[in-house]
Amino acid sequence: MAQIDLVNLSKVYPGDVRAVDDLTLTIPDGEFFALLGPSGCGKTTLLRTIAGLEEATSGSVRIGDRDVTRLPPGKRELAMVFQDYALFPHMTVVDNISYPLKIKGLAKEDRLDRAVKAGDELSLDGLMERRPSELSGGQQQRVALARAIATHPQVFLFDEPLSNLDARLRLEARTFLKRLQRDLGVTTVFVTHDQAEALAMADRMAVMQSGRIRQVGTAREVFQHPVNTFVANFIGSTPMNLLDASVRGDALDVAGQRVDLPEDVRRHVTDGQEVVVGVRPEYLTVSSSAVDGGLQGVVAIVENLGTAALVTLEADDLSVAVTVPDGEEPPIGADAWVTPVPGRVLIYRREDGELVDAPVAAAVG
Amino acid sequence: MSPREMVGRIGFYTLVALATAFFALPMLWLVSTPFDAQPGLALAIPDPTLGNFSELLDNRYALGSLLNSILLAVGTALLVVAFAATAAYSLSRVRIPGRDVLLYLLLLLSSIVTGTAAMVPIFLLMFELGLIDSRVGVVLVLSGGLLPAAIFILKDFMDSVPKSYEESARVFGASSFQILKDVVVPVIRPGLATISVWTIVNVWGNFLVPFILLRDADKQPAAVLMRTFYTEGGSPNLELISTFSLLFSVPVIVMYLFVNRKYGFRFYGGIKS
Repeated sequence: MAQIDLVNLSKVYPGDVRAVDDLTLTIPDGEFFALLGPSGCGKTTLLRTIAGLEEATSGSVRIGDRDVTRLPPGKRELAMVFQDYALFPHMTVVDNISYPLKIKGLAKEDRLDRAVKAGDELSLDGLMERRPSELSGGQQQRVALARAIATHPQVFLFDEPLSNLDARLRLEARTFLKRLQRDLGVTTVFVTHDQAEALAMADRMAVMQSGRIRQVGTAREVFQHPVNTFVANFIGSTPMNLLDASVRGDALDVAGQRVDLPEDVRRHVTDGQEVVVGVRPEYLTVSSSAVDGGLQGVVAIVENLGTAALVTLEADDLSVAVTVPDGEEPPIGADAWVTPVPGRVLIYRREDGELVDAPVAAAVG
Repeated sequence: MSPREMVGRIGFYTLVALATAFFALPMLWLVSTPFDAQPGLALAIPDPTLGNFSELLDNRYALGSLLNSILLAVGTALLVVAFAATAAYSLSRVRIPGRDVLLYLLLLLSSIVTGTAAMVPIFLLMFELGLIDSRVGVVLVLSGGLLPAAIFILKDFMDSVPKSYEESARVFGASSFQILKDVVVPVIRPGLATISVWTIVNVWGNFLVPFILLRDADKQPAAVLMRTFYTEGGSPNLELISTFSLLFSVPVIVMYLFVNRKYGFRFYGGIKS
């Protein structure tokens, strides 16, 4: 069990492609940590650099109290589960699980003992003599996990752990992985491009873009308080409303209408400043009668989300999405007024997309 | 069916039957003549005997030559598989500029190396190296000729092994050699089996290289010995030729059946997982 420290880590590929760009990050012992970002953001490269499969161009990787930057992967005391699980097709389940132990030089009995134990923990008993090709996707994943657990590593690395499972199984595996990680208490880093997966599983996450971290925080922090428009846009299954606006004294001008400016940000903006107003559809309420300080629009689209509906209003040339509870959808074409839940409006600077009340360099933890 | 179609059908099948017979006759000759007391060049109902076999055993070179063939074939196969596997592995994993051109060029040139055209320089080369009349020399020349194609075929197998298998093993601490031995080789086993059999068959039937490079009659392989089966009168000794041909074919057929059952032949990569 160990803390992971990444200090000024960079990975530059030939042609000056900066896959990981001067990144500093600490993952405390026992944490379930997600690297989240769109494809090509460097999250997988970062994971592979921690694993030692990619060599860091500069900076250092520390696991526990050891600097492992120049150590080969096998000496870093970590276990990695690959996206395709990388089970060896010519070995049975028990051989697959015990292969790493064989490499580590354990006696045959100890190997089998530990393999069977790890298999039992993941309810693989009865499947131990099968080949990977005779297992379902979920079972294959459990074999890969058992193989990782049996080595008793300091750190687990998962590369897109759920992407090879079908949608239904993915939900089960999510719960399962989270429980497993909690039971084992091993520091775990996983890569995902699916924000819902990261929000659901991770204790904390880093949202990445172009080799840099744009925000680090808990699911709640990242969801409720994204520090820039990139994170705001990326997190959330319904995208956040990001509306261009300008400051007019104590209020905002949004699509030619006067909208309240939250009090706590007033001192961070200047009159006439161009800003972006960010507010999640979930944090907006809609009313069919005029509301003071609300934004007026015409109901254009109603999408059913199951227990709620996503209503899109059009105000001038802006669209605003609002979630409304089941059965309370306004009729299409009707006028409606939206008001934010107090304290849930975020104001970003137009020029760099950062929160107006954040220090100029984005907070990176 | 109209009479016209009927006639067409009959004509077609007659043609197919004739073609089949044309190719089947030598095979029938091969399996029946060794047991015939009066062998001829025509296919005949044999006058059953095992006398031809005892006559063959009296020839002091017959069994020895089969052993020589085995030595040359197995030696070459071991060399080709070992070198082709390691070369194909590195060619598949390391990015070298112009790698594909190199591979195609090798393949093109390989047909020349063991071919008739290069026989004189090869003879001179082996002479300078002192490898004339040496089985090692024959194995080296044959390996050189077969390696490019073997590398070419095996590289395809290597390419089909997912990188994640190796990376996974690396994270567990396996060395490059352990990865090759425990992960890559077992996964591409059908490819290795194919290459081995293909090499053995090639060497088994090769006449020119051992004929030119070997002097000692005790070292000559079966394919070369066949040439010496003449009677004192100078006509082909059909008893010996037919019997020896049968013995010559059997090991290859048995090996083929065995390997095919155990591993299955494939000339392309890909994992059945």
